[in-house]
Amino acid sequence: MSSVHAAVLALQGSVEPHLRSLHASGVDPIEVRKPEQLAGVTHLIIPGGESTTLHHLFKLHGLDTLISDRVKEGSLALLGTCAGAILMGHHPDQAPPRLGLIDVDVDRNAYGRQVHSFVDQVEWNEGPGPGTSEGVFIRAPRFTRIGDSVNVLARRENETVAVQQNRCIACCFHPELTTDPRLHRWFLGL
Amino acid sequence: MTDSFQSPLRGTELSADHRTRIGLAEMLRGGVIMDVTTAEEAHVAQEAGAVAVMALERVPSDIRRDGGVARMSPVDKVEEIQKVVSIPVMAKARIGHFIEAEILESLEVDFIDESEVLTPADHAHHIDKQRFKVPFVCGATNLGEALRRIGEGAAMLRTKGEAGTGDITEAVRHLRAIHSEIRRLSTAPQEEWMTLAKNHGAPYSLVCQVATEGRLPVPNFAAGGIATPADAALAMRLGAEAVFVGSGIFKSKDPLRTAKAIVHATAHFENASEIANASRNLGEAMPGIDASKLPEAERLQDRGW
Repeated sequence: MSSVHAAVLALQGSVEPHLRSLHASGVDPIEVRKPEQLAGVTHLIIPGGESTTLHHLFKLHGLDTLISDRVKEGSLALLGTCAGAILMGHHPDQAPPRLGLIDVDVDRNAYGRQVHSFVDQVEWNEGPGPGTSEGVFIRAPRFTRIGDSVNVLARRENETVAVQQNRCIACCFHPELTTDPRLHRWFLGL
Repeated sequence: MTDSFQSPLRGTELSADHRTRIGLAEMLRGGVIMDVTTAEEAHVAQEAGAVAVMALERVPSDIRRDGGVARMSPVDKVEEIQKVVSIPVMAKARIGHFIEAEILESLEVDFIDESEVLTPADHAHHIDKQRFKVPFVCGATNLGEALRRIGEGAAMLRTKGEAGTGDITEAVRHLRAIHSEIRRLSTAPQEEWMTLAKNHGAPYSLVCQVATEGRLPVPNFAAGGIATPADAALAMRLGAEAVFVGSGIFKSKDPLRTAKAIVHATAHFENASEIANASRNLGEAMPGIDASKLPEAERLQDRGW
C-alpha cells in the first residue's frame, strides 16, 4: 500500500485506538490537527469523541471545509466512527452542523445515555465481509434515513449500522475498540 | 491478521459492560470536562466545546471557602443539567457513598466521579464500582492508589491534584509520580513484581499487567488546580489524556472565553503558538491559593487512600 498515506484527525476522541488499528492493518499513520498536515494524506479517519467538540475544533482552522473539498474532488477517502459518522452525514435540525458527505441522516445518542451502551454482534455485507464482528456501541448514533446511492456495509439485527458512499464510510460503532481490523483494511483499499 | 495487534481495550477477557465503560473514557480523550453547578453553566460549557460536564453542588474553591459538608449535587439540579446538554453528564458522589452512586446511576448520569472534593462518607472503604453499569472515575496521587481504584472497577482515573486552588503543582506531582512508577515497573525483572505490588499496596494482577504493557489499563486524565490554557497543555504534555477543569472556568473573569481557550489549548497541546493564540485577551484567571501553604486539614488529596 505504498500510495496510501493514512491519518487520524487528532483534535479529540479515540485517536490512539485508531492509530493502533491502522498500524495493525500495515500502514504508518500520522495525526492531523491543522490544515497543512492534511497535504498528501489519502485516507483520513474522523474518530469517535464528542461531535460538538470536534465540530468546534475543526472549524477553528477551516479543516471542515478542507476535508469536504478534498473528499468532493476525490482525493481523500474518509472513515467516520460514531461522532465521525455523525459529522459526515446530515440531520435536518440537530446540532452540530454536519458535513453532508454521505446521504444519510444520523441521529445522535439514539440509544440513550451511557447506561444503554452495549456490545453486540454485527454482520458484514460484501466489501469488508462476509462474516460477523463484535460491535462496541457507546452512546451510539443511528441512521434515520439512508439515501438510494448509499451502500449498506453492516447490520445489527435488522438495523443498518455502517454505510458507504463513494470513498466515504460512516460507522455507528467502534471497530477500533476491538482486535478486528477488517473495516480499516477495507477502507485503506478504497 | 497480525498476531502483535493489542486490543485497545487492554485485555480481551473484560466483560461487555466494562468494555463499554472504558470505551466512553476513550471517547473523552483529548477533551476538557468542566465543573458546572447550574443549567446555564452547563450550556456555556457545551457551547465552548467541553466533551462532558461535571454536575456538582459547589465548585471546589467555594467548598474550600465556605466549608461544611459537601455532598452529591441535588437530584433536580442534575436533571436540569441533563435537559440542557447533549454531551455526557458526569456527577460527583462522596467517597464510599454507594447510595449517592446508586441514585446517580438511576438518573442515568453518564459517569460518576467518586471524589475527594466532596466530604468522604467512608474513611476506610471506596465504592465497589464493579457492580455498577455506569462507569466511574476516581482520583489518584500515585500508581498504587490508581491500581487500587482500577481493582475496585474504576474505568478512568484522574490525578487528585489539589482542587479549588488554581495551583497546578500537585497535579504535576501526581502525573510525574504515576508515570515514573510505571516506567520503573515496566523495566523491573519479573521476580520484583510481587515486591512492587506489596510496596505499592496494589493488586498483583494489575501490577503484572502494567509491567507487561507499560501503561495503565484505563485512561488517566488530569484534575486539580488547572486554571489556564497553559496549565491544561502542561498536563497533556506530562502524559494526561484529557483534563478536568473545576473552579478554573466559572471563577475566571470571562468563563465562555476561558473555557474555549482551554479546549483549544488541550487539542493543540503540542503547539506553543496555538497555546499562545488561545491565551490572548483572556482577562484574569481565577484567584489562586499556593497549595504548599495549605494546612494539612484542608488538603483534599489526602481524602481516600
